Amino acid sequence: MTQTSQALDDLRSLPHLLRKNASRFPDRPALREKELGIWQTWTWAQAEREITNMALGLIELGVKEGDYVAVIGRNRPYIYGSLVAVQMAGAVPVPLYQDAVAEEMSYVLEHCGARFVIAGDQEQVDKVLEIQDDLKDFEHLIYLDARGMRKYDHSRLHDLRALQQSGLAAADGLQKELDSRVEAQTFETTCVMLYTSGTTGKPKGVVLSNRNIIISAKNACEFDGLKETDSLLSYLPIAWVGDFIFSVGQSYYAALCINCPESQETVLSDLREIGPSYYFAPPRVFESMLTSVVLRMQDASRIKQGLYRYFMAHASRVGQDILDGNAVSALDRLTYLIGDAVIYSPLKNALGLSRVRVGYTAGEAIGPEIFDFFRSMGINLKQLYGQTEASVFVTVQPDGQVYSDTVGVPAPDVEVKIAESGEVFYRSPGAFVEYYKSPESTAETKDPEGWVATGDAGFFDPDNGHLRIIDRAKDVAKMTNGSMFAPKYVENKLKFYPNILECVVFGAGRDRCMAFVNIDLAAVGNWAERNNIAYSSYQELAGHPEVLRVIQGHIEEVNVKIAQDAMLSGCQVHRFLVLHKELDADDGEMTRTRKVRRKVISEKFSDLVEALYSGVQNVFTETEVTYEDGRKGKISATLEIRDVKTVAVSGRIAAE
Amino acid sequence: MLDSQVTQTTADGRKIGGVMMEMKNITLRFGGVVAIKDISFDILEGEIRAIIGPNGAGKSSMLNVISGFYHPQDGEVWFHGEKRPAVKPYEVARQGIARTFQNIALFEGMTVLDNVMTGRLTQMKSGVFQQALWWGAAEREELENREICEKVIDFLEIQSIRKTPVARLPYGLKKRVELARALASEPKLLLLDEPMAGMNVEEKEDMSRFILDVNDEFGTTIALIEHDMGVVMDLSDRVVVMDYGRKIGDGTPEEVRNNQAVIDAYLGVSHD
Repeated sequence: MTQTSQALDDLRSLPHLLRKNASRFPDRPALREKELGIWQTWTWAQAEREITNMALGLIELGVKEGDYVAVIGRNRPYIYGSLVAVQMAGAVPVPLYQDAVAEEMSYVLEHCGARFVIAGDQEQVDKVLEIQDDLKDFEHLIYLDARGMRKYDHSRLHDLRALQQSGLAAADGLQKELDSRVEAQTFETTCVMLYTSGTTGKPKGVVLSNRNIIISAKNACEFDGLKETDSLLSYLPIAWVGDFIFSVGQSYYAALCINCPESQETVLSDLREIGPSYYFAPPRVFESMLTSVVLRMQDASRIKQGLYRYFMAHASRVGQDILDGNAVSALDRLTYLIGDAVIYSPLKNALGLSRVRVGYTAGEAIGPEIFDFFRSMGINLKQLYGQTEASVFVTVQPDGQVYSDTVGVPAPDVEVKIAESGEVFYRSPGAFVEYYKSPESTAETKDPEGWVATGDAGFFDPDNGHLRIIDRAKDVAKMTNGSMFAPKYVENKLKFYPNILECVVFGAGRDRCMAFVNIDLAAVGNWAERNNIAYSSYQELAGHPEVLRVIQGHIEEVNVKIAQDAMLSGCQVHRFLVLHKELDADDGEMTRTRKVRRKVISEKFSDLVEALYSGVQNVFTETEVTYEDGRKGKISATLEIRDVKTVAVSGRIAAE
Repeated sequence: MLDSQVTQTTADGRKIGGVMMEMKNITLRFGGVVAIKDISFDILEGEIRAIIGPNGAGKSSMLNVISGFYHPQDGEVWFHGEKRPAVKPYEVARQGIARTFQNIALFEGMTVLDNVMTGRLTQMKSGVFQQALWWGAAEREELENREICEKVIDFLEIQSIRKTPVARLPYGLKKRVELARALASEPKLLLLDEPMAGMNVEEKEDMSRFILDVNDEFGTTIALIEHDMGVVMDLSDRVVVMDYGRKIGDGTPEEVRNNQAVIDAYLGVSHD
């Protein structure tokens, strides 16, 4: 016991883990980044030097223990390093979403009272400077990429590398102070504060302690056997808890190497070059990979198409059993081996997934055919269920027990229970400390015994004991006829069609369900090209009668499936329209993590909702849109509303 | 540019130096057609100088005179205080003058990177055979050149298309690649022939940003021809206005905008 606690004491904070990695694996790669066309590496020893210098520089600049330091930037070694440097200096890092607009940033910076901000480039610096007058605590801004800022007033602006230099120069005087601040870290000290994107209301600052992060990272590393030879592509927003756990927590715990892409646009080719062994992507990334494979196969020669079809059919029959180690006949194994040589391996290589040992997806439901496609090729893709408040992990699928419609069993050290209302609760070492400056919402979410409400409704599947999530608990409602309404359940089924990018289903407190649909411009555009349908804009394509016919077909298929589910058969969609604009986070219709904000949408498009329920066939509407640079404009359109065939459910008709 | 040579500082803090290039009484004829008639103007170090005018005013001809592609029948071109003899364009390029073209002139079958690398050709010293063997000095030279090109690629944010053949790129990106190739030669004077032609608003904004950044970061002097008046007025320090081969105005954007001859040339004038 004492031995374990002693061992844990040595890794009680990220700075401790950094020092341990630097002494155990000084020459192993810690962080890589593609710069000027070449992968540049920081070894653990280098990482320790860079980060220590940064921390010294921060102390010299006046960072005090307990300060909050905001970090905004894309995935780069210096940015990741600065998160740990801030902790080394005794302060709390607060990573922010880099695509947040200035007002959104203003709220968070004001709320956490950040005295210091570390920003990646001019774009981020400009946003902070724009709002600096509203921030009474703000003092200094540190930037990484100096481009375009030579003429800026540098009284409060500092170059990160210059900061490191001055930190190094002052090391003699400050090293002791630095060491004592690192020593002062305990398991209960705050490791990081992450703001939740907030599907409702203002973002909340989730305080996560060293214990939360390190124990969660430790459990997850042990669960999947991750070690220093593993590598990971870090391309998701640094402000997202998953990225913090994977790219910082797990990376520091297991000393695995993280790789930063050259730019947002090069992620796919960087993925191919790195070939990570541990990979995380939200379902939409897998979805777009599959879409591109399917589209490109349509342009391949007939022989290749034939081979692809034959072997993929074989893979979907036996691939998953082989992956899970179930019994498969020798002949099938042989065929699979040949398929691996001619199709699966080259395809995995082209996607950059050849070396993936453990792959995860989470955040949204993933379409069964997408999930099965990757698994059947031998990629160990699994699902997990988590949230910021849990330091990610609530449930996770163990190797060999993977089902596309469940999210797995409770993760190590996590207890899960389902309340009367159907809401999922958990208690775990990863469960957050509190919401910053908000004891009321902390009390609402976390009870004194440590049970945290997820806000999601779900149940344990009686067949396999895995958790199934149906919807957000607050979105699950009753319809006027008393049947259960779970919009996400329907939306997910619809979104599995490549043509449908987003949809929003209405029905709470109504007698029937209606839907808004966003088409996927890439998929539908490609289809239009093949069918000689001319279009000049999203809006035009979205209103095309042929497109509406196809979408109608999809919805009718989904209605048939929903009708089979006794509990949710009332959720069949009766009428729908295809929206004239894509739902966008810039217009507040979605969160930055691309979750629809139902309330905002139903208020903003209330005229369309009413039109759906009123029975009219056409509706004229005008909507304000925000362009990327912040300018506003208006678009107007006349939308056609279509009726959809529904399936009568015998049970309910009898009841009526 | 040495600070001692700085003669003025712009409102946004850029440094403008002495005369870099001076055109003295240039006249260019093609047979009986007079394309440029007795034009004189200068380009200062570090400034953004625009040449504007209606169609057929002789703007592109003027740029071709600067780049050494055309040799004027009358008049003199002075560069860095020396009169320039009638030299070949590649010799002009070696003196640190690079350009982009009105109708993109890239090698369509080559990748973006290879196209940008061709911008380094004038700086390469090793011969064809050495390069083919890729050994010793040739290897070192290529690595140095590649690094310079990669910095330009990074600067213009075209990493994602580094290995893409140019033929597959959309128009706006091709324009950017052309700028990259010109920048790869690390020019002192950059000539841009209608850098925004055929672009949409967003592409124009991006390109304007890049032009300002090039001027700001590298201190490159820029001479550009452009039709979009908004762009010209926003970007340039001084503007030369041409009409029918003659110079009808020269000065700051503000001065030019209020010049009656310029207004007449652009809006037309009644013949009574």
